[in-house]
Amino acid sequence: MSASASYSAVSASAVTASSQGRKLWLLGLALLIAAPFVGIYPVFLMNALCFAMFACAFNLLLGYTGLLSFGHAAFMGSAAYVTGWLVRSAGWAPEVAVLAGTLAAAVLGLLVGLVGIRRQGIYFAMVTLAMAQMIYFICLQVPYTGGEDGLQGVPRGKLLGLLPLDNDLVMYFVVLAIFVAVFLGVVRIVYSPYGQVLKAIRENEPRAISLGYDVDRYKLLAFVLSTTIAGLAGSVKTVVLGFATLSDVHWSLSGEVVLMTLLGGMGTFAGPVVGAFTIIGLQNFLADRVGSWVTVIIGAIFVFCVIAFRKGIVGELLAWQQRRRAA
Amino acid sequence: MSEIFGIPIQAFLGQLLLGLVNGSFYAMLSLGLAVIFGLLGIVNFAHGALYMIGAYVAWFSLEKFGLNYWVALIVSPLVVGLLGVLIERLFLKRLYKLDPLYGLLLTFGLALIAEGVFRDQFGVSGQQYPVPDLLQGATNLGFMVLPNYRAWVVVSCLSICFGTWFLIEKTSLGATLRASTENPQLVQAFGINVPLMVTLTYAGGAALAAIAGVLAAPVIQITPLMGSNLIIVVFAVVVIGGMGSILGSILTGVMLGLLEGLTKVFYPEASSIVVFVIMVIVLMVRPAGLFGKEK
Repeated sequence: MSASASYSAVSASAVTASSQGRKLWLLGLALLIAAPFVGIYPVFLMNALCFAMFACAFNLLLGYTGLLSFGHAAFMGSAAYVTGWLVRSAGWAPEVAVLAGTLAAAVLGLLVGLVGIRRQGIYFAMVTLAMAQMIYFICLQVPYTGGEDGLQGVPRGKLLGLLPLDNDLVMYFVVLAIFVAVFLGVVRIVYSPYGQVLKAIRENEPRAISLGYDVDRYKLLAFVLSTTIAGLAGSVKTVVLGFATLSDVHWSLSGEVVLMTLLGGMGTFAGPVVGAFTIIGLQNFLADRVGSWVTVIIGAIFVFCVIAFRKGIVGELLAWQQRRRAA
Repeated sequence: MSEIFGIPIQAFLGQLLLGLVNGSFYAMLSLGLAVIFGLLGIVNFAHGALYMIGAYVAWFSLEKFGLNYWVALIVSPLVVGLLGVLIERLFLKRLYKLDPLYGLLLTFGLALIAEGVFRDQFGVSGQQYPVPDLLQGATNLGFMVLPNYRAWVVVSCLSICFGTWFLIEKTSLGATLRASTENPQLVQAFGINVPLMVTLTYAGGAALAAIAGVLAAPVIQITPLMGSNLIIVVFAVVVIGGMGSILGSILTGVMLGLLEGLTKVFYPEASSIVVFVIMVIVLMVRPAGLFGKEK
């Protein structure tokens, strides 16, 4: 990819992790801990947290590696199916089934990644979209997924045989713990030497090659890491909601996660989380009110973000803060 | 009755013909994508939506104004072409200096808007469009019965494809177009209005999609989602063929349609994924695509 300078302004400001930034993160965590006690529906929060994990995974690719995968729903959805089937039909414990679903997404990510990284830029997006569509058709036809109905009535069970997940509050704090671990994991990856190489690839792939980095291996590992986290998000979502359906593997969800990341601010840590909560909240709010216009509104936000709001919510805030500091 | 690999020859040829019809649509849509990508550097996700709108314009003008198929074949590309002009002037021209990924995302958003509006207006159930009187019935070729309309679709699609190829590769307008792809500043310096050409190219690509939509209307269910489902397959076709060559994208489209038809005969369960499987194989063997140039 050549003209990726547009990303760099965003990420440069995101890297400044001041003590002020740490305070904001702790404030965010405190809000998430308090949220179910101030009357926000826990299932909504858990759903949003799962999508936030999904968007963080996606951001690791688009925001920090410069790879646009247009088929990320395939990994979330496949993991959701694997977990759902293992819990419901094979009677596995939720924690083992979630791990198995996550692993399945990792393996699938490795296979798709091996094919996808053979093309760059816009072709990578088209290849991932096409391969995700193939996975969609496979999910539609194999007998384990319940076809058009999907897998319904997946029981939550007990975590490690102890914690009753049927209790929404217990479930919520388990999901929150997983989310925090994922979030810190992504931060750790980005700040690691490995993450710096990813950014070098994003900024100038030929130069990274000439410096002796095996770019394809770096990209493949980033892709697999991302699909693994996407799978974890999908598996947890199945346990939370109790179902896995075809809409989890559909291309429209792949588009939604792009929008979440773009709207929140790609290449920022908090951006995908903000984006996921905004989009999921908006969909919840609009669902009963405007019917099929939800798609139109989502599409319009897409167009708006691309034309006039490419830094996203968090990116704009960071840029504004920087301007103020400079002045 | 004669058989081929244990399958009645009639059924075999019938599926092959269906494959050829699909392949003609793949060819026309991937051609439009290739032309737009060549000059604008934008992968037009909205191409499927434009195809869908083309079909709806035909259906709507018959239902509301009683305009027949042949009029629709002219009106629909004009309407959709005009829509293309608007899209390019209002949105796309702001993106030319950015990473091409943004073009894909913007047109994806536009496709969502179009789908949502049409779903709200016309619902998700399919609309039927009658085969025009002139093309009803079938011709008995001796070894198979050929429905006239399907023959018309294949012939007209391929003529339009080769017409476009001729226009771009063999005329002076095409030469200017190709020169603008290579070096827009230089062509502009020769006094040619490049931005106008860019707009007209996008409109032309949109009109091609609309014609495909009208041609498809009598043989499919017209639904708001018909475009998106098709465009993803066409993306795979484009990856297989490589966007470098116009003749290449026509050939790849037809070939993949035929292969899909063959798969329907021998292993129907795989027919929806065969194009994607071929894409994977081609990427492993020849990453630039069958007709693409290695960078």
